[in-house]
Amino acid sequence: MSFGMKTFYNGTSFKRSDIPVPDNDTFFQGVLDAITAGWRVCSYFGVPTADGATLYCVMSARAGSGILGIAATTVGRTFPSLASLCPQLHLFEREIAEQCLTRPEGHPWFKPVRFQKPLCEGKGFWSETDGGGLTPAVMDFYRVEGDEVHEVAVGPVHAGIIEPGHFRFQCHGEEVFHLEIALGFQHRGIERALIGGPTPRTVHEMETIAGDTTVGHGQAYCMNMESLGGVFASPRAETVRGIALELERLANHTGDLGAIAGDVGYLPTASFCGRIRGDFLNMTALLCGSRFGRGLLRPGGIGYDCDAALVDELHKRLQAAREDLAGAVGLLWDSPSVMARLEDVGIVTAADAREIGLVGPAARACGLNRDVRRDHPFGIFRISQIPVITATTCDVAARTLLRWLEAERSLDFIDEQVQHLPRGTYRNQMKEIAPERCAVALTEGWRGEICHVALTDDRGRFERYKIVDPSFHNWNGLGLALRNQQISDFPLCNKSFNLSYCGYDL
Amino acid sequence: MLKALLTRFRQGHRTMAYPDAPQPLPARFRGLPVIEPARCGDGCRACAAACPYGCISASGSLTLDMGTCLFCADCVAACPHDAISFSATDACLASRTREGLTVTAGEEYHAAVALEGELLRLFGRSLKLREVSAGGCNACEADTNVLSTIGWDLGRFGIQFVASPRHADGMFVTGPVSENMREALLATYAAIPEPKLVIVAGACAINGGPFKDHAEVHNGADGFVPVDLYIPGCPPSPLTILDGLLRLVGRVK
Repeated sequence: MSFGMKTFYNGTSFKRSDIPVPDNDTFFQGVLDAITAGWRVCSYFGVPTADGATLYCVMSARAGSGILGIAATTVGRTFPSLASLCPQLHLFEREIAEQCLTRPEGHPWFKPVRFQKPLCEGKGFWSETDGGGLTPAVMDFYRVEGDEVHEVAVGPVHAGIIEPGHFRFQCHGEEVFHLEIALGFQHRGIERALIGGPTPRTVHEMETIAGDTTVGHGQAYCMNMESLGGVFASPRAETVRGIALELERLANHTGDLGAIAGDVGYLPTASFCGRIRGDFLNMTALLCGSRFGRGLLRPGGIGYDCDAALVDELHKRLQAAREDLAGAVGLLWDSPSVMARLEDVGIVTAADAREIGLVGPAARACGLNRDVRRDHPFGIFRISQIPVITATTCDVAARTLLRWLEAERSLDFIDEQVQHLPRGTYRNQMKEIAPERCAVALTEGWRGEICHVALTDDRGRFERYKIVDPSFHNWNGLGLALRNQQISDFPLCNKSFNLSYCGYDL
Repeated sequence: MLKALLTRFRQGHRTMAYPDAPQPLPARFRGLPVIEPARCGDGCRACAAACPYGCISASGSLTLDMGTCLFCADCVAACPHDAISFSATDACLASRTREGLTVTAGEEYHAAVALEGELLRLFGRSLKLREVSAGGCNACEADTNVLSTIGWDLGRFGIQFVASPRHADGMFVTGPVSENMREALLATYAAIPEPKLVIVAGACAINGGPFKDHAEVHNGADGFVPVDLYIPGCPPSPLTILDGLLRLVGRVK
């Protein structure tokens, strides 16, 4: 069911003229049919034209084939909304409206996404302030009316050291009927700045799409630059990138396990994991001097090579951290009071998860067996596989257990890779990127699928560089997880997803 | 219970000795920029040309603005004379003034000095901060959060991040101040009782960082609120943040 989509593999590029541009009916029906047949939308975005936009849809086939597909269609000032039939498209359509000023007709929930200015000249769909901008989180929230129903508004500034976002709960007593999340506070115009790139600044913007996913987004950017430039990263570079990606996953999963323990008031695991997370960050710093991997991934390879002493040190620290982490996390499973607090809280059913298109650990905790490292292997994962873990209970306990099991697999993976680091060059010279081409790169960041699409113009500059952070797929999952839960369960549910505000806001 | 105690025993005591003893840093750490003009070639400004954010002066004596610097070391790679480098051992970078963040070739860098008089008396032994994340990438936030873990244990210095501006003595800003966060930032500042401090951490909050000059951001908190302490880095190492805070309250000199 690929309705004549251009099919390709992850991390490749092809001529833009190879992308089929069917008429609207064929395109929209084709997208619907493909989703019904088990395809999934990775990215759906617009490039503004003089009187509308060209819409591009990047889809992923069912697991097993490794195939991705892309098709496009040209629309005027309106296009038909598919969101009520395919909820996974709902935010993408709102984003297209906000960025390209073309309206999804019949959209069930038509609101701004980031309260940003459009990528083209013209007036947006929503009322504007005197300054010409939108006021973030000022919109019509879904409201529940009735006796004893009340509304709780939280944010943008939160109690801890957390990114800004606004949460609006519709509550009946302690019970949450509905949660609506308004973001956009972190919007800093990354996609607009990328138009006409790449420039010497581009790689730094890629590393700061989401600071805790520097390696995940960096990998996707490097893949696109390499496929557009006809350059390959050496096996040595790809191995170090893989190690860095798994260290990033370990650091964040460890931090989340500690934060979940902290939110249920179990302090031993909370304090131990807070420190052990730092051990993993410091291992990344061992590779490149930065705890977040800044400067490590560069188009063509890696910015810093590893010598034998460094690899030995990394291996030694990894063993110590594995022992510490196993001890710290093991306490959770042995504490009935902890498990009782995690089980049956924040459930997102597998059916809902599939419909809204969850990715990453949040999806796998609902039993959805999807992982870019296996489904669309890239870099080192084309050679060395990591087993995919799923859980079935769909609750906070599942998301907690899954993180620990994934951390174990990542530890095994790094352990194996550091012992067999390929020899050879660590960085190949980059070349000019090719004009009139399209490159697509998917990676599995620690939150899930990251998708970067680059479209170059006739001079080899980015006409559009579209970024999809996993959080863009997953924030709605948090909203659903809160349905019929106590409002006091919010921090716990929120930690179990731990989504990125800045990755969503761009 | 026994298992919890045993695990506690195995995890051991992990709070670092800093500031009583130096804190080890990774060998590839990029701290204080070091410029050696004696090594420069005649009229060579390869470093200035290589900096994507223009933080190295292209004329006059060689200077580097740490407030704009991402510590990416593109300049080091571009220099043919090994005249510029980043110290792997010196993470003491904070400054009380914006101009103070400029590193000049051949001159010693002076890190921040303590608050004076009444402010030091008020905040020297107890400083409560309200953090506002205003458009960054969450890395500065993450490495600020780290200070509250057992390894760093910020609380032992009487410094604490609090949940409300009403409980705070000052505001700790990260991020370039996105237009969408401007109002919330100012409202938070207004809600903090006088006298109050402002600390900005990270290249974003000082000068826009990687997002400098984007139409959607304001190139930092300067200009919106009076700043008392600038902590450079992208993100600053937790050690740089801690050192800056301790210098501000006179615990490190």
